[in-house]
Amino acid sequence: MIDVAVVSFAQRQEASIPGESEVEFMVPLMEQAKAAVDLTQADMGFTCSGSSDFLAGQAFSFVMTIDGTGPVPPISESHVEQDGAWALYEAWVKIQCGGIDTAFVYGYGKSSPGSLRDVLATQMDPYYVCPLWPDSYAVEALAARLMLEGGHVSERRLAEIAARSRVSAASNPHAVRSEPKTVDEILAEDHVLDPLRPSDLPAEADGGCAIVLAAGDRARELCERPAWIRGMDHRGDAHTLGVRDLTSSMSARLAAQHAGVADDKVDLAELYGPFTTSEHLLIDALGLDEDATAINPSGGALAAHTMMASGLIRIGEAASRIWSGDGDRAVAHATSGPCLQQNLVCVLEGD
Amino acid sequence: MADDPLAPPAALAGDVTVPPAVAGAEPVQSVCTPIRLSYTYTPGRALSRYLQAMAGKRILGERCGVTGQVFVPPRGVSPLAGTTTAGVVELADTGYVDSFNITRVPIERRPDLKPPYCSAWIVLDGASVGFMGLVINIPPEEVRIGMRVRAVWKPDDELETSAANIGGWEPTGEPDEVIDDYERLGRVGGQQP
Repeated sequence: MIDVAVVSFAQRQEASIPGESEVEFMVPLMEQAKAAVDLTQADMGFTCSGSSDFLAGQAFSFVMTIDGTGPVPPISESHVEQDGAWALYEAWVKIQCGGIDTAFVYGYGKSSPGSLRDVLATQMDPYYVCPLWPDSYAVEALAARLMLEGGHVSERRLAEIAARSRVSAASNPHAVRSEPKTVDEILAEDHVLDPLRPSDLPAEADGGCAIVLAAGDRARELCERPAWIRGMDHRGDAHTLGVRDLTSSMSARLAAQHAGVADDKVDLAELYGPFTTSEHLLIDALGLDEDATAINPSGGALAAHTMMASGLIRIGEAASRIWSGDGDRAVAHATSGPCLQQNLVCVLEGD
Repeated sequence: MADDPLAPPAALAGDVTVPPAVAGAEPVQSVCTPIRLSYTYTPGRALSRYLQAMAGKRILGERCGVTGQVFVPPRGVSPLAGTTTAGVVELADTGYVDSFNITRVPIERRPDLKPPYCSAWIVLDGASVGFMGLVINIPPEEVRIGMRVRAVWKPDDELETSAANIGGWEPTGEPDEVIDDYERLGRVGGQQP
């Protein structure tokens, strides 16, 4: 296994970025991530991105965004129609194949031109479910109802998760929801979709992020304290909601096992839980101890949810805390699909 | 029946036993599930400026700060250097035909395009890349590579913030552009970027 580390990270998240196209706001981020380690596109052995045309309603938006990398002379490049965390996974595999020691990864989404919760209905089964247009909030509300009725979680516990995110988000300049609220204030909120309250929902944002990966000695040259990827795995649950147990996450549990989360202490965990319910399930599935592990020190997706980037941002947020010495061992998680259908877990360590 | 790809599956072809409640109802053989998403689309900084200038019959490109090339329509980024463009350049509404195609079949929902018509890749004076346009006011058979053309704008009272303000491109009658280097595009002053 070749040692690969996250050595650079740049992000931007705002409630909406109406004046700029995706490539216009991504170019400065791409430049920033490369400049921080004094690299140019010509230094990158591989480039991989994650995005979806459905968000901004821009056909072939990912092709337009490749312009921002400076792809001349032609670059080795790939794209996933999934969160950028899966693009990072592909780049990691590419480095494991040998022959390159750097990779450039980015993910972005501009959801504000449409209604994200409706756009996400189109990822459901196209024959029996999608025609009913269950938006992403409604589907999660069904899962939340199952969790509450089955005694898997309480409304107070969900409000505590929401309150914790708001406290952490206060020190994150990229958070779009960070006003503090007490648990009781959150419980007093009117339901948006019973049993979900506004604070249970993701804080939708436009934006993106860019990351540089480097292997072995190259990583040590570029970064004082590289955030080494010690384990990474991704798993998927069934697509059809009706055949899944929505009160737990089998695929997240498996991914965490195979990534080696439990092999040592975990100082901090950045979890891509779009809803308070998903964060609750993930803490259980990853086997995290909330007394020993700081959960979502950035505030997570409850503080800023940028579709197609929030998972990759979790990896960047975890890595930056390794660089700074705030933690020695961190877990980053990404999800994709309805109700935590697919999950990726990445374990990062400093030397 | 196996020879007919449009025939219904065997399960639907024979007698179907249905619950009494729906007895007599016509069997459902297909359903239509319309899908529609609506967006408030914004084209971004560069294209917004380009479209606003169109309303004043002006064509804006953008210059790459690294290679000096001028791109139109502008996207806010230089696709060769991978940098934010360095500045806006106003281009002439004249240029030449770089390549073209004559279409002889109609396109659904475009009754305004009457075959045969000529669509061309037109390089504006001052631009480093071409863009698409229709060549009009000349029989398509007479269009040729290198032919000089100028924009035919819609009447002033019909101008919008739209590239459709240019109804087409007509011959200027000037001598043809001499094109002897097919790699000229993407270069400035003969140098590779």
